Amino acid sequence: MNIGLEHYLIVGAILFSLGLFAVVTRKNAILVLMGLELILNSANINFIAFAKYGGMNIEGHVAAIFVIILAAAEAAVALAIVLNIYRNFKHVNVDEVAKLKD
Amino acid sequence: MTPDTLLILSAVILIIPLISFLILVFFGKRLGDKAGAAIGTTMLGIDLLLSVYVCYVKLVDFGDAGMIQMKFNWLMLGTKDVSLGMGIDNIAVIMLIVVNLISFLVHLFSVEYMRGDKRYTRYFAYLGIFTFSMLGIVIANNLLNMYIFWELVGVSSYLLIGFWYEKDSASNASKKAFITNRIGDFGLLAGVLILFLTYGTFMFDDIFAQIGLGVLPFDSGTWLTVSGILLFCGAIGKSAQFPLHVWLPDAMEGPTPVSALIHAATMVAAGVYFTARIFPMLTADALLLIAYIGALTAFMAATIALTQNDFKKVLAYSTVSQLGYMIMAIGVGAFTNGFFHLVTHAWFKACLFLASGSVIHAMHHALHAAKDHHTDPQDIRNMGGLRKTMPLTYLMFLIATLAISGVPFTSGFLSKDGILAGTLAFGSLSGHWLIPLAGFGAAGMTAFYMFRLMIEAFHGKPKTEFAAHTHENNRQITGPLILLAFLSFFIWYSFNPFDGSSGWFASKTQTPKSVVPAEYQFDFIVPYEDMPDNSAHSEANIAEAGLHTDGGQTAGQEHSEGHNAPDNAEHHGMNKFEEEIHNQHYPAMILSLIIAGLGILISFAIYQFKLVNPDNLARQFNKLYKFSLNKWYFDEFYAKTFIGGTILLSRILSWFDLKFVDGIVNATAVITNFVSMVVGKFDNLVIDGFVNLTANATGLIGAALRKFQTGRVQSYVAFAIIGFMIILYMVA
Repeated sequence: MNIGLEHYLIVGAILFSLGLFAVVTRKNAILVLMGLELILNSANINFIAFAKYGGMNIEGHVAAIFVIILAAAEAAVALAIVLNIYRNFKHVNVDEVAKLKD
Repeated sequence: MTPDTLLILSAVILIIPLISFLILVFFGKRLGDKAGAAIGTTMLGIDLLLSVYVCYVKLVDFGDAGMIQMKFNWLMLGTKDVSLGMGIDNIAVIMLIVVNLISFLVHLFSVEYMRGDKRYTRYFAYLGIFTFSMLGIVIANNLLNMYIFWELVGVSSYLLIGFWYEKDSASNASKKAFITNRIGDFGLLAGVLILFLTYGTFMFDDIFAQIGLGVLPFDSGTWLTVSGILLFCGAIGKSAQFPLHVWLPDAMEGPTPVSALIHAATMVAAGVYFTARIFPMLTADALLLIAYIGALTAFMAATIALTQNDFKKVLAYSTVSQLGYMIMAIGVGAFTNGFFHLVTHAWFKACLFLASGSVIHAMHHALHAAKDHHTDPQDIRNMGGLRKTMPLTYLMFLIATLAISGVPFTSGFLSKDGILAGTLAFGSLSGHWLIPLAGFGAAGMTAFYMFRLMIEAFHGKPKTEFAAHTHENNRQITGPLILLAFLSFFIWYSFNPFDGSSGWFASKTQTPKSVVPAEYQFDFIVPYEDMPDNSAHSEANIAEAGLHTDGGQTAGQEHSEGHNAPDNAEHHGMNKFEEEIHNQHYPAMILSLIIAGLGILISFAIYQFKLVNPDNLARQFNKLYKFSLNKWYFDEFYAKTFIGGTILLSRILSWFDLKFVDGIVNATAVITNFVSMVVGKFDNLVIDGFVNLTANATGLIGAALRKFQTGRVQSYVAFAIIGFMIILYMVA
């Protein structure tokens, strides 16, 4: 079986779905962040696949590396927020952090 | 002394009691009882001296000058000037003395009589305003002034009659007096307005002058009669004539000196005085009505007085009766004698009332000493034998009683005799014999009931032990009595004790010439040589008359035996009536002597010597006795007809109001209510329904939508994805 673009895209899609599922369903903020990482990584897979098969070439790689940097920055900020949430609420359950609604 | 200074002096006389009133009413409490009474009495004393002086100067120096007067514009009504003014003529200056002297004596009397009353100074203040009002009437020369002071007299009498207003009977009596007077005053006002409408002036002399020129209200003699009668209505009320006499006996509820003041000098005299003032404009029909009302009043009141048992009630009805005499005298044209009787009656009636005050005061003290508060100190059935304990009061009362009964050598004899001669003359000339009949009947009854009163109260043995323990009062009470009794002798008015018309009084108070056109006047009153113009009161004539009445002429007139001065023909044309009075003089005198003598004899026979038992008589003539005792049932009649009628009318109106007017209102209310209910329902259901529906729908949508607004980022993300997927699906 020849491995082509579709397989990469399917893996990316599955990874994206899993990540989205985690983001939507998890209660723990850390797990939500992990879901986000999955989504970002699924995007990276797509960028690389398109770089190899789709003619994006070097631009695809650049975008992937940019996303990784962005993810690192995002994780730093997000974890800082989560830490603050924990300080305020003594937990990191996103369902119960609903003070903005009020 | 010029006429001007005389006028200023009269104005001062008018003002002094007002000042006394103002001082006492504002500073009475601060001044204290003693000073207050002293001020009131002194002021009146000064007033009296001034009025004696004014009277003397007017009568001696300006005796034939007619009216000395001044007028000034008060305001403009449309195009008509409304003037006020004052004026004095002979009858006015005599009245000034009458009012002031009696008011002064009443003040003096009250100092002792009212001692200890809690509104002592207030009482003297009221006496002041009463005197002021009466003096205002006396020196008014126009209808407007007259009307103003007329009402002031009404108000001040209200204050004085109801002086002891804690007593229900007193406050009711004052209201009754006020309301009864108001009925008469309504006529007076209507008369005044008719005259003002016609002549555009309130001045007596201007009105008389225009009537003399033939100007009549609404161009008819009937209206002249009507306006005369309407003016007289005021006098009916004030002078307590039939049918408005009912207030006067009730007015006895006031303090006794006040009764003396009301009955002798003020208030009731005002009506007679006013009738005398308007005498020149009264037509034959008006005079006839006045004469009949006077005669009826004199007769009726005399019959009532026969049976009364209250000391003051007898005197009250005798006053009504005597006022009837005066009115009757003016009605028949015996003007001079009517006014004469007003003056003489003032002295002896004031004397009688103050004597009754003296008796009541003594009885009251005797009862007080015995701690008895139930026995009536005014009932003559509780008196008797007072002659022994109160000799001075008795003597003065006797003199006044002789005077009112018309016994010779008293002033009452002169004036009464003149009136009776006048009625006889009138009867013989006009054929109205009922008038002299009533006059003589009343004369006999007057003698009878006055002696009954005197015998019951002063003669015989004391009927109660209190009466035996009475004491003569002190000088302040007896002093005024003595002076008044002194004035009740003939000598003050005429040197001939049998002919009043020869005295100075009669010559100074000649009958004014009627200005009514001859066709509306009794032919026997119209002078033989009828003069077309009688504007004798104009200012120019005063000065002229003042010039040629100096010196001997006046003196000559005073002593002239004739009934009028020959050289004064301008003012007093001879007429048939005056001749007839002279013809009737001796018959009237003899008749009246016989009748009065009979009255006195019967009185002595029944009450002194007990030849007939009065109780038997009362039983025998039970119906008549009851009729008289109950005052001809006037109060009951008025209560049934006028008061009952008013109440019935009010009931009907109230029923109409409740059922009909309120019904309409209520029906409107019900209809409005119903309409509002429907509108309300529509509002509630339909309009509010829409509004609520909108609100509810919005609410529901909101409620549905807010479910999505969870505040959970995760669910938002889920929705976003779902939505994105739906869009994708739709696009694809």
